[in-house]
Amino acid sequence: MSTASDLTDQNPSSAPVTVSATPPKRGLPGWLRGVIWAVVAIGVLATASYLTGVNTLTSTNTAQTALRLALPILFCALGGLWAERAGVINIGLEGMMILGTWGAAWGSFYGGVWAGLLAAIAFGALGGLLHAIATVTFNVNHIVSGVAINLLGLGVTKFLASLIFTPISGNPKQSPPVPKFDTYSATFLSDWLGDLEKQQRVGISDAAGIIRGLITEVSPLAMIALLLVPLSYLVLWRTRFGLRLRSCGENPVAAESLGVNVYAHKYVAVLISGGLAGMGGASLVLLANGADYLENQTSGRGYIGLAAMIFGNWRPGGLLGGAALFGYADGLQLSGGGTAVLALLYGAVILLGVIVIVQLVRRRWFAAGAGVVGAAVLYWIYWANDDLPSDLIPYTAHFVTLIVLAVASQRLRAPKADGARYRRGEGD
Amino acid sequence: MSNPERGAPVVELSGITKRFPGVVANSDVNLTVRAGEVHAVCGENGAGKSTLMKILYGMQQPDEGSIAVNGETVRLRNPQDAIRAGIGMVHQHFMLADNLTVQENVLLGAERLHGIGRKARERLAELAKQTGLRARPDVLLERLGVADRQRVEIIKVLYRGARIVILDEPTAVLVPQEVDALFETVRSMQEEGFTFIFISHKLDEVRAIADTVTVIRRGTTVGTADPKTISSHELAEMMVGSELPSPETRESTVTTRDVLRVVELRLDAEGSDRAVLDHISFEVRAGEVLGIAGVEGNGQTELVETIMGMRKAAGGHLELVDADGAARDLTKLGTLARREAGIGYVPEDRTRHGLLLTQPLWTNRILGYQTRRPVAKGQLLDIAGARKDTERIVADYDVRTPGIDVPAAALSGGNQQKLVVGRELSGDPVLLIASHPTRGVDVGAQALIWEQIRRARAAGLAVLLISADLDELIGLSDTIRVMLRGRLVSEADPATVTPQELGSAMTGAEEGA
Amino acid sequence: MTGWRTKILPPLLAIIFSLIISAIALVISGSDPFEAYGTMVKQLFVGSTAVDTVNLASVYYLSGLAVAIGFQMNLFNIGVEGQYRFAAVIAAIVGGALQLPPVIHTVVIILVAAIAGAAYAAIPAVLKVTRGVSEVISTIMLNSIVGGIVAFLINPKQFGVQTGNDVSTKPIPESGHVPGVPLGAGTLFGFVLIAALIGFAYWFMLTRTRFGFELKASGESGTAAAAGGVNAQKMTLIAMLLSGAVAGMVALPELLGRDYSYGITSTQMYGFTGIAVALLGRNHPAGIGLGALLWAFLDKSAVSLEQIQVPKEIATIMQGAIVLSVVVAYEIVKRADLAAEQRRVGKALAGNGKRKPADVSEGGAV
Repeated sequence: MSTASDLTDQNPSSAPVTVSATPPKRGLPGWLRGVIWAVVAIGVLATASYLTGVNTLTSTNTAQTALRLALPILFCALGGLWAERAGVINIGLEGMMILGTWGAAWGSFYGGVWAGLLAAIAFGALGGLLHAIATVTFNVNHIVSGVAINLLGLGVTKFLASLIFTPISGNPKQSPPVPKFDTYSATFLSDWLGDLEKQQRVGISDAAGIIRGLITEVSPLAMIALLLVPLSYLVLWRTRFGLRLRSCGENPVAAESLGVNVYAHKYVAVLISGGLAGMGGASLVLLANGADYLENQTSGRGYIGLAAMIFGNWRPGGLLGGAALFGYADGLQLSGGGTAVLALLYGAVILLGVIVIVQLVRRRWFAAGAGVVGAAVLYWIYWANDDLPSDLIPYTAHFVTLIVLAVASQRLRAPKADGARYRRGEGD
Repeated sequence: MSNPERGAPVVELSGITKRFPGVVANSDVNLTVRAGEVHAVCGENGAGKSTLMKILYGMQQPDEGSIAVNGETVRLRNPQDAIRAGIGMVHQHFMLADNLTVQENVLLGAERLHGIGRKARERLAELAKQTGLRARPDVLLERLGVADRQRVEIIKVLYRGARIVILDEPTAVLVPQEVDALFETVRSMQEEGFTFIFISHKLDEVRAIADTVTVIRRGTTVGTADPKTISSHELAEMMVGSELPSPETRESTVTTRDVLRVVELRLDAEGSDRAVLDHISFEVRAGEVLGIAGVEGNGQTELVETIMGMRKAAGGHLELVDADGAARDLTKLGTLARREAGIGYVPEDRTRHGLLLTQPLWTNRILGYQTRRPVAKGQLLDIAGARKDTERIVADYDVRTPGIDVPAAALSGGNQQKLVVGRELSGDPVLLIASHPTRGVDVGAQALIWEQIRRARAAGLAVLLISADLDELIGLSDTIRVMLRGRLVSEADPATVTPQELGSAMTGAEEGA
Repeated sequence: MTGWRTKILPPLLAIIFSLIISAIALVISGSDPFEAYGTMVKQLFVGSTAVDTVNLASVYYLSGLAVAIGFQMNLFNIGVEGQYRFAAVIAAIVGGALQLPPVIHTVVIILVAAIAGAAYAAIPAVLKVTRGVSEVISTIMLNSIVGGIVAFLINPKQFGVQTGNDVSTKPIPESGHVPGVPLGAGTLFGFVLIAALIGFAYWFMLTRTRFGFELKASGESGTAAAAGGVNAQKMTLIAMLLSGAVAGMVALPELLGRDYSYGITSTQMYGFTGIAVALLGRNHPAGIGLGALLWAFLDKSAVSLEQIQVPKEIATIMQGAIVLSVVVAYEIVKRADLAAEQRRVGKALAGNGKRKPADVSEGGAV
């Protein structure tokens, strides 16, 4: 994102002088990798839950809370994906999300939940439009513009809230109660899984608990969010429009030379990005037993969404994993508190153990060694404490983000022209 | 699109004139390309070849003149128009996206032709066979070597149905075997009726591949000839003309005192242990200009940046000897310390490595010298000193500028380069590294820069000169070393060597040719 | 001279533009914009508002400086928010625990704050330099985490004291205070002077020292700076630590001049304001000063607006609109200026008699 001096970039003379490329190893298909990760995650959690005796790790309640908390993050991560694949860094997601929360409450109050959702999308997209005007048309630094939009989003929302909601709710910081989405459960399956969970069978009950949480009292918004993940993949990677959009994020000059309207694609991408962020805002307001519009209710979730997207390596499947991780970390600390987070540490130790074995098999001694040290430190924390300071527990997701980024950042691959200035006709 | 008869004119440029503010890039250019031929367009760097091709590819519009394709006058307002007219261009700096697959790179912008599914893949496979690309279509482009990237560029052009292909300096980044393979592809496609416009300033290549050659000098066409019959000497004279300043160095000033000793230098490619530079050993003596010849991309850039400490060597040893004979080991020093030890550095890309474009000229004087008088005193800058010394450079090196407070970006390329050369000769260097010192500068600036290098050499400076301009290399150097695939492979005496001999040494075909 | 235009015109345009935008918003909400603007100006002469504005501006000024140091080399220290709150709570705890003679006590608190701010900034700095983690994301995470750290540290179980419903650090004894200057109805923070001194030091560092040059060079062109012998990683580290150190002092004007303890209810968001102020002031020490004053003025005017039944959030809208339009305006003016400069150079040279030689591959062909 910044201009750390990479001497090799854009320097055609330093391209590799190889004659032919080595044939690449054939990787696993993405969906299979996702399934494997899910199985490993459940396995680790089940083991940790069994060994520590903390059932909250895999309880229905935890999974349900995690899903609810993951939604805004997932929406924002998708929003980040669309913008950054087109080469626009969107740190203004937070502001667009705030606009979305207000839009959701306003629309829902006057026209029902679906109107609320539409209003949220529209308000978010409005923020996106501003960001596009600043970054694409005027070439303002993307981060600067994003920060400005976060400020403006907050200001406009506060203003609108005090203008529209104060006369009704008597409180400028809060909207009146608004209609919420109904929830749906796969009742039959849910009951059966409930029985299974109660049987306390290692592994099976854990999996049942988690799955039951994901199919009980699910709102349409959650279904939309989960549908948007494969949909984004299909549009971005399997259509002409998606190819053109991604080319704007990788090499806009080349795209231009091939007749792609770079400005238009960037505009569309950032508008979609804003709309998704707005839906993220709606998912804070319109969920059953969620808050109505509340000032400062987003509390940085837009940023965490961005982090989830980076964690997911700018891929839809990856960011789903990132959003799930943050949602879970957050849901766990809410439903289980310090002891549950300690148990999660225990789970992390197990996961590290698995990774160390994999690295040993691959003969990556240094990585394995680092894994052992990390596991030892975590285990020591687990062993030395009965509880973690309650003041710090709510920030579990943030700590996880930092650690994950520190470990994985160098393996990540941002779109090449992400955040770069582009002006029509300036390439060589 | 009809397939014109072989030998019929397919592209006719007549009276093309293109002006930029204060500059005439092309004036009254006439060029006729016939179907099925390889037509070379030759000329020195900056002669106006690129502008002409940009006009033909619709990236720029001519101020005067007309373009006819297949006998019909056309207006090419953008590359899409050119593509529709059957013209494709393989850019010198590839227009490819690293993080997209081969297939995506080819299909981008041309999705309408065959969709993005099975039909597109079949067509792609066909073209891959034709051009000799072996990479799978779903491989990310970043995994491809330069030659394969070029093949992808050619496929891109063919996929869009082009019958007239502009190759803009296609060999600049290739090693000899790759050049051979490219020429083979070109020949076989020529058989199938494709027409090529081949931009180059390398005479041996032009003679190897072209059926016709048109020479451009100072923005205008000098003449058209058959490369099989015209002598190299005649061709060179057409290109260079007779009134151009010659860079010839008069008497030798080479001393016996080594200034730079490079021993067994090695540099690995980032993130792998493949050597980009290997077994590099040489000395530069006081009063000597050591020229490094080589096709671009054979490690010259990396060599310079490793000597400057901007890249970290994987092995080997560097030593700088000052005027009193005291040797200093540079191997472990950073860029700044190496500069302080007495290295002046004229980078090959002045806008990326030599200047702070939005800063005024006097601030640019400080860059690289921020620890030294007259522009700094200890940790503080000496602004008055910097301004005064910039005034001196502007006067001595004839930098055309209204003042020293204008941003560097406002100057023309030649004047920017004069400023950089002036700065790098100001710090009392014992060694000057000049990388393509006259690339993209006007003739006047070129003469001045050559003169300054010669004067510095006479005063006992050691100079390491990297250039793609063989005349410049031969004219300025006391010794020439040839670089090929990251190694110094042979040595030449500039007093006796011809550009042709040097050219074949650079392509590794020394013995064969 | 075009330099003057580049500096003054964009913020002026931005302020006018935001006045228009907020006037529209005011009309929509059924208020009279002229009355609102009039009230905002008039409030300056009521009671201690003017002095309070300057006091608040000193806080914003420090925050803006901290952000600007990073901005100079394209380093986005969004983390000033976290750094100042971390530094504030540490400084308040240390200051409350120590018994030292006056002046020395104050100096120790200031130093502790600077070091604490730098230490908190060291986390993203080290992550960036060694692991390549974008400072934007890491500082944002640390901004959130700091809330937990503050709550943890001022928990009565650790260092806090409970007074009624409020939890805060132990008050700093008088020897650690920075005395204020009584002025009209209010009291000007003594720290305003220190902030001005830091601003001067920033200016001096930037324009007169080698470090400042290297900082600017890195920001302008990483490649050119590297070729000129500037070590990018070292610069990143130092700039981030320096930025953190200045950020560490953001809370001190209020801590040492008014509050004397740092609590859970102490004002937040100063760090984010600093970003806006730095953008307004174009990273220039005087510009940041004006930006800080403007921002503080708008903040203060919110109160007076409420008294005439105008939604006080209009001030926030103005702030947001100013920032967004000022960055756009700077960009436009900068572009126009470079073009003008190039024309000027061309014109000056055309008078030389000799035609400027062709320079195709540089100026022309691209």
